[in-house]
Amino acid sequence: MKLAYWMYAGPAHIGTLRVASSFKNVHAIMHAPLGDDYFNVMRSMLERERDFTPVTASIVDRHVLARGSQEKVVDNITRKDKEERPDLIVLTPTCTSSILQEDLQNFVDRASITSNSDVILADVNHYRVNELQAADRTLEQVVRYYLEKARRQGTLDQSITKEPSANIIGIFTLGFHNQHDCRELKRLLQDLNIKINKIIPEGGSVKDLQYLPKAWFNLVPYREIGLMTAIYLEKNFGMPYISITPMGIVDTAECIRQIEKHVNNLVSNKKVNYEPYIDQQTRFVSQAAWFSRSIDCQNLTGKKAVVFGDATHAASITRILAREMGIRVSCTGTYCKHDTEWFKEQVQGFCDEILITDDHTKVGDMIARIEPSAIFGTQMERHIGKRLDIPCGVISSPVHIQNFPLGYRPFLGYEGTNQIADLVYNSFTLGMEDHLLEIFGGHDTKEVITKSLSTDTDLTWNHESQLELNKIPGFVRGKIKRNTEKFARQNNITNITVEIMYAAKEALSA
Amino acid sequence: MSNKISETLTFECETGNYHTFCPISCVAWLYQKIEDSFFLVVGTKTCGYFLQNALGVMIFAEPRYAMAELEEGDISAQLNDYEELKRLCLQIKKDRNPSVIIWIGTCTTEIIKMDLEGMAPKLENELGIPIIVARANGLDYAFTQGEDTVSAAMAHRCPEQILLIERKKVIQDSNIQNFFSFLSLEKEEKTINKNKNFEKLKKNPPLVLFGSLPSTVASQLSSELKRQSVQVSGWLPAQRYTDLPSLGDQVYVCGVNPFLSRTATTLMRRRKCKLIGAPFPIGPDGTRAWIEKICSVFGIQTEGLGKREEQIWENLKDYLDLVRGKSVFFMGDNLLEISLARFLIRCGMIVYEIGIPYLDKRYQAAELLFSQNTCKNMSIPMPRIVEKPDNYNQIQRMRELKPDLAITGMAHANPLEARGINTKWSVEFTFAQIHGFTNARDVLELVTRPLRRNNNLENLGWSNLTKKETKNKV
Repeated sequence: MKLAYWMYAGPAHIGTLRVASSFKNVHAIMHAPLGDDYFNVMRSMLERERDFTPVTASIVDRHVLARGSQEKVVDNITRKDKEERPDLIVLTPTCTSSILQEDLQNFVDRASITSNSDVILADVNHYRVNELQAADRTLEQVVRYYLEKARRQGTLDQSITKEPSANIIGIFTLGFHNQHDCRELKRLLQDLNIKINKIIPEGGSVKDLQYLPKAWFNLVPYREIGLMTAIYLEKNFGMPYISITPMGIVDTAECIRQIEKHVNNLVSNKKVNYEPYIDQQTRFVSQAAWFSRSIDCQNLTGKKAVVFGDATHAASITRILAREMGIRVSCTGTYCKHDTEWFKEQVQGFCDEILITDDHTKVGDMIARIEPSAIFGTQMERHIGKRLDIPCGVISSPVHIQNFPLGYRPFLGYEGTNQIADLVYNSFTLGMEDHLLEIFGGHDTKEVITKSLSTDTDLTWNHESQLELNKIPGFVRGKIKRNTEKFARQNNITNITVEIMYAAKEALSA
Repeated sequence: MSNKISETLTFECETGNYHTFCPISCVAWLYQKIEDSFFLVVGTKTCGYFLQNALGVMIFAEPRYAMAELEEGDISAQLNDYEELKRLCLQIKKDRNPSVIIWIGTCTTEIIKMDLEGMAPKLENELGIPIIVARANGLDYAFTQGEDTVSAAMAHRCPEQILLIERKKVIQDSNIQNFFSFLSLEKEEKTINKNKNFEKLKKNPPLVLFGSLPSTVASQLSSELKRQSVQVSGWLPAQRYTDLPSLGDQVYVCGVNPFLSRTATTLMRRRKCKLIGAPFPIGPDGTRAWIEKICSVFGIQTEGLGKREEQIWENLKDYLDLVRGKSVFFMGDNLLEISLARFLIRCGMIVYEIGIPYLDKRYQAAELLFSQNTCKNMSIPMPRIVEKPDNYNQIQRMRELKPDLAITGMAHANPLEARGINTKWSVEFTFAQIHGFTNARDVLELVTRPLRRNNNLENLGWSNLTKKETKNKV
């Protein structure tokens, strides 16, 4: 058992449902108790979906506990088949149903005899994988199912398109700025004269999955979802894939160079050269390169920042901050523990330390210890920042509704670099303004804040020392508080008075 | 309790494929209500994910609840669940030092048959903190019924009412007052008055109200009863665990919410209390009926109640003009539906359907009867009541009926809005203050919000915002 208040990645079935409901005309049936269909609320609220989320539950109740699901699951599948006529029904086990150990595959087999839809059982272990891993796996499972089906039926056409073309794999519902990223990637490929073959899973039809191998290569923009599918397609159809996230100027260029390589591998006569395009975009279309050069960004040099998020975003943002803006990343981290190796390799040399954890209190304590000028993290880090008076830019899920903006806000491609530059710069300036206010006595009536998130403080500040502490300008207050407490601990003092404060200051400067 | 629920009432029962919150969501409002408590939800990532998303911002305010997240080793019994829970509870004791820890059993603990009830007393002894077990799981219950399971479990912990001691205390108190008779005359007069009041209020046997309400609402209801000289001796749950009310066979109890049937049963059967079956104090009509019922049980003639109700209705006039003649469809997810529908019918609305997760016809008998009378008085037929509704079927029915307002969960709200049906998110009724005379306006504030919003948008010509649906899909 683990004492948990908050989690970065959701349970496995959420990942499966995200993939299933991203496809067009695919329905998911959860084998779950009442109330587990919370996914529908999230999708309807966060994505502001106009359509009913194609997810229903085959309810597990007392009767199911006693006698097993019996006909219930099969009935629910066939009923949904008649009502909605989906192309595919994905039976999704939940953590509850997976301990019941019912033979769900058997239900699927039985239901697929009578229903017109294809029926599959999502193959995920709830106690071993999280939301992101499950999504990756489910996408691969669906793709594999339809490609093998096409192969069996002899309808699989393996010839590639005449013109260079690409599949974009891994855009899906409730993904962090996925919709905008998708539009930006389409624009990028269009600029490079590359046709979009298929985009999956978002908005894709499972019937079209058999045409995936017609593309020249696959583009997997995010580390978390799509890689398994890309690897499957490479192994079975020899399709190359690009897994460099085109986030930031340097990586976008690198991604485009990879595309160039793959395209040139397949064309015989007219070799493409994207270097002029990269140059043009970098220097004049995207403002980010110029921004890094401008005196605005000069002011950010050496400022401390902390980065935390999913593997893709945390790694990319770390590199952008360090490499493209000259900001000092004191610590970077991810909650994608399953991808530790890759992450460490990516951020090597771009940060002082690395934190791999899915415990938000550890992240909070790390931030409190480092006291950066700005945080780039998830909604949780935003709240930690609020508490510690440190500005935060949100760069990764988990997110709130405000991270599903209506306006165009990609993180990928050249427009993405502009958006990121704005985000970074705004976070820091806000911080500066705040400090100026503090220096000139703008709002100094605030209570002293505890910097640490753990509740292990054993020190008490008496009234006078509290007042004294309040007199100290906000931006150094935390530091003084911590130094005093450190001094007190070293000298076994539990009650902090004004004298102790001064003693600590003297000890420190001595 | 009256058993005269007439045959004209029609109850239907559908498939139970409906959307509602998991009952563990009750920790959201209960941990705030019971200030010295700590809620430990023993479940999986799924439960945690639900709570964290459903509670939104609250999660960042260092809540007094946490998940005991079960891992693979717990499921396969490789880990000793007693030792594991002990470790976590020790941690909680160290960090928060609560007066009570409430374990919320979930679907998973049910399925793996974790003996929470068996372990709690043992651990309670070892830890020195009371541990209460409530099985608020999605296998058995819906949404607000979670509170019911917690209150029912808590009812067992209320101290026993011993009337004799109480009486002695009163005598002692007055002795002390006599002793201080050298105080100034004026003061003495005051004390006498106070005593008189005290005597007057003390007339009714102890009355404990059950149901968790925000403290302001609770004191509003208490003072509403006080006006009729009825003294409320306690609330279950109280603001603090250490202040739980005394219970016993002399104690009368009355519910303030329609979803507390287990608590009512526990109070009657296990604590031998006398249950006052009344309509629920939602809406001015409900509040009046609730007070009247309590007073009638104590043989008290109510004073000025009719006038007070009239006054409230008078204040609602602007909202009533908005809702009159409009139709409502309750999809059903929080068990407040019968009472809310009754109030809205009295406001002049037409109710097409009352979906409800579960209906205890005995506990809600007075409310049902009251609803029927309301329908009769407003001369409209009693709407159909659908237990365990099927959301898919309901949406089909809604397409035909085209109600002016659907009261529904968030899963359906946006899709219905896109199809031109106004919706009100039902969960808001659970979190808003809707009880008593004072808060009647708040209920209508919620109900009329979509109607008022649409008055502003009406002439823009884009109420239907879906692409043409070719197939026979919803």
